[in-house]
Amino acid sequence: MSKILAYEEKDTWIHQLSGVSKLIFFLLWCFTSMITYDTRILAFMVLFSLIIFKISKTKWKQVGAVFKMIMLFLTLNVIAIFVFSPDQGTHIYGTRTVLFHIAGNYDVTKEQLFYEFNVIIKYFTVIPAVFMFLVTTNPSEFAASMNKVGISYNVGYAISIALRYIPDVQGEFTKIKHAQEARGIEMSGKASLFSRIKNTSSIIFPLIFSSMDRIDVVSNAMELRGYGKHKKRTWYMEKKLRRNDYLTIAFTIVFMIAALIITFADGSRFYNPFV
Amino acid sequence: MKLKFGIKEVVAIGIGTALFVALTEIQIPTPIPNTYLQPRMAIMAFLAAVFGPVVGGIIGLLGHALGDAMFYGSVWWSWVFPDAVVGLAIGIFAKKYAIKEGGFGNTKMIIHFNVVQVIANAVAWIVVAPILDILIYAEPVNKVFVQGAWAFVGNIIIIGILGTLLCVGYSAVGAKSSSLKKED
Amino acid sequence: MAPIIEFKDFSFKYRAQTEPTLRNINLAIMPGEKVLIVGPSGSGKSTLAHCINGLVPFSYTGESTGTLQIAQKDPATLGIFGLSKIVGTVLQDTDGQFIGLTVAEDIAFALENNLVPQEEMFKKVDEAAEMVDVKKLLGNAPGELSGGQKQRVSMAGVMVDDVDILLFDEPLANLDPATGKRAIDMIDQIQKKKQKTILIIEHRLEDALYRDVDRIVVIGEGRIVADTTPDELLSTDILNQQGIREPLYITALKHAGCVISPKDSPQHIETMNLQGYTAAVKNWFEKAPEKPKEKETTSVLKVEDLYFSYTEGKPILQHIHFDIKKGEMVSIVGKNGAGKSTLSNLICGFYKPSRGKILLDGEDMAPLSIKERGEKIGLVMQSPNQMISKPMIYDEVALGLVVRGVPEEEIKERVYKTLKTCGLYPFRNWPVSALSFGQKKRVSIASILVMDPQVLILDEPTAGQDYRHYTEIMEFLKEINENYGITIIMITHDMHLMLEYTDRAIVIADGHLIADDTPAKVLTNEEIADKAYLKKTSLYDLAVNCQIGQPSEFVERFIAFERENRMQKEEQEDV
Repeated sequence: MSKILAYEEKDTWIHQLSGVSKLIFFLLWCFTSMITYDTRILAFMVLFSLIIFKISKTKWKQVGAVFKMIMLFLTLNVIAIFVFSPDQGTHIYGTRTVLFHIAGNYDVTKEQLFYEFNVIIKYFTVIPAVFMFLVTTNPSEFAASMNKVGISYNVGYAISIALRYIPDVQGEFTKIKHAQEARGIEMSGKASLFSRIKNTSSIIFPLIFSSMDRIDVVSNAMELRGYGKHKKRTWYMEKKLRRNDYLTIAFTIVFMIAALIITFADGSRFYNPFV
Repeated sequence: MKLKFGIKEVVAIGIGTALFVALTEIQIPTPIPNTYLQPRMAIMAFLAAVFGPVVGGIIGLLGHALGDAMFYGSVWWSWVFPDAVVGLAIGIFAKKYAIKEGGFGNTKMIIHFNVVQVIANAVAWIVVAPILDILIYAEPVNKVFVQGAWAFVGNIIIIGILGTLLCVGYSAVGAKSSSLKKED
Repeated sequence: MAPIIEFKDFSFKYRAQTEPTLRNINLAIMPGEKVLIVGPSGSGKSTLAHCINGLVPFSYTGESTGTLQIAQKDPATLGIFGLSKIVGTVLQDTDGQFIGLTVAEDIAFALENNLVPQEEMFKKVDEAAEMVDVKKLLGNAPGELSGGQKQRVSMAGVMVDDVDILLFDEPLANLDPATGKRAIDMIDQIQKKKQKTILIIEHRLEDALYRDVDRIVVIGEGRIVADTTPDELLSTDILNQQGIREPLYITALKHAGCVISPKDSPQHIETMNLQGYTAAVKNWFEKAPEKPKEKETTSVLKVEDLYFSYTEGKPILQHIHFDIKKGEMVSIVGKNGAGKSTLSNLICGFYKPSRGKILLDGEDMAPLSIKERGEKIGLVMQSPNQMISKPMIYDEVALGLVVRGVPEEEIKERVYKTLKTCGLYPFRNWPVSALSFGQKKRVSIASILVMDPQVLILDEPTAGQDYRHYTEIMEFLKEINENYGITIIMITHDMHLMLEYTDRAIVIADGHLIADDTPAKVLTNEEIADKAYLKKTSLYDLAVNCQIGQPSEFVERFIAFERENRMQKEEQEDV
């Protein structure tokens, strides 16, 4: 099992922020990054993310393995865009400045490079935000936060249960996989695709069975302890919003509005240096 | 349609999402290089078929977003929503399938389930995902449709085989077995 | 004083069933009483518990007649939430009950649902955690806790709501003996300090009686068969008739021809008045035949100087060495998390040892793949549900051969042969779902046996099973051991199992092998029992209290006698 991103307790003001503020920041930040293709805004966001990332004292070893994987995806995606559509940049920015010719109708243009550069930094505006959100937000407090921003506590609690049982399910999966491997059932290997899927089903089947049983046990346990009795519930791990939280939320909203105004000032979501 | 939302549904979403996330890394290699089938899609389809559209849709949404964030450090929103579409669509027919009660065994049901999953996947991967990719990420049109078509094929295969096997198998457990006789 | 729980002519039938599960129950429990409810699987004892906590009829529907009152109120008017304020249930499955992401949140769960303000919650959670001694663990995730700790968190989680009745559903099922003892002690303290009404549902009677109970209610086939004090009950033959295992010292006394009198307070061996029995016990001991000597055979599985760790510097297993002979039945015992499962994972090849060798028939297994080992060493997991992956019995048993590309004719022949061995042949065309738990267990064993392994490793083969199913599974294993010469290794913390069915116990504690001896010697050695979280057998106390100089020899003879008895009984049944 490769290393997954997980919360680590540290003492920085980012860790101390309520999950609500971080969730609002995370969602609006992602939203802004999705909408805008304004290079200036994106560049600012990358820079800002990196600073925050630094402040949160996140260590490379917490995120390194995952980061390498993203770089692989990113590279593949950038190449794929070029292969499929070498003139996407021209299409967007309207001009075509050839730098050099490769083969057939594949030219490397300034516009294409600039477009792909924007795609890359778009990734980089979100990656630190995801990292930071996951490694600085206490999952226990997260469900409480969801509820605070108006999402039904059922959804918050479903997420909490998911986070609670991910390690259990992983452990059970490994156990079942081992036992089935000893019987000679493998998921990889030289078998045909159909029999590989069938073999996978031999491993997943018992997992589904025990998970369906678990759903019954857990819902009984929750019912016996009064879950769903009232329209609201309180939270042991809830954090009160403090000054820094309000500042963060205010900043996020102001930033988003400003970013969108700047982006669309010229009527297009792209920043065009070529005209 | 099963729209009742009680404790069981909350727990089903929780455990279902845990399953989906835990199986993020489990991928079946295909003869085509760098192309893998995702068993987690079949699990989502199964849970949707058992617990209904709300459970199915949320498992797709949460499971994909959480799984991607935890394993790959980024959330590709344009591919999160299509998962939810598939879960939701299959879930609409949960009552008809009656898997827990043992109703999912005959060929008619299997065909129905597969027609639904093919249509749902078509909408999700050939319509929703590429459009979101274009709208959000301004990616080249031909690239996103090829990617979408690719995902469509992979998902209908895995749900078609593994998803169907799970539904039929689990349904067999719930079925009444009154006509059994010991044989010598 | 009025009873806090009162059943009057109460019967209950589940909606999906044709026969009632509970019949004509008349039972009154007073506030502050501590009652043990025993009965074999399927007797209706769990249904009785569900009636009290409200899962019946609110989650499992059905029809009832007669009346039931909890705290002088009708459960129907209280509803499941109203009942949850009066009755707190600690479930058998500690992982299922542990819902929170951390200990503190799990304890707070009921308070959160009751809209208790945060400040008050902090205080109450602290108090409850203190009561069950988990205060240092408040920030821990469930994955970092042992089974016993999780159970204590569950206790805190129901006590925090200040309920009057605490209901424990098989609290000992998933615990090692020493942890189980501690749980029973904890329940006792809670009752004494907080004056709660306690109901314990268990079929492991001897362990549950580690602390005094006021009454034992015996349930059989949906009816109350006995409702009396422990001393009275242990002096009758009701437990045997109902298929519940008596405490071993009681069985031994009966073997010695004693008639037990309630006046001698047989509830605990430590305090039982043995005056009238000593002579008979001594006499029996002297006459009982010695344990037959074992034949020396060749080695089948040899472990040499084995080390293992996941991360450098944190060894899980160190310097493990033993030699298992062909045809032996061996138990590997030790507390949860001591490295028992790691050992079986190493033998099956799921993990690679950091040092040392594992030899099968004298040959190093290191070069063999998991699949190749699987043909020689079969692994049977604790729950058949973790292994069964085909809806039909035949397909399930055939699976291992199918994936190995064995020709169809041969598969059919071998599957049928195995099904006959396992007594499943009449069911060969049935779906697995139509079988009982014990039969499913056989299917999972059959699916391994079909590959003709030399060694069978079973993880907790009898966990959670009542006496009848336990005997059924173990007798079956003994049969395949004796008739087919298959070596059997069992990972367990069931002390009865190790005493009654294995010739040897390999004891592992904190990653070290601390004993490799007969179970009778291990279970009469206080030091080893303590280190490995086992419990000294009560036979030892009986022997010592009867002034028998060789307690472990006494235990050996008792076991030999029991085995002889069982064999005779079987022969009689066969005729």
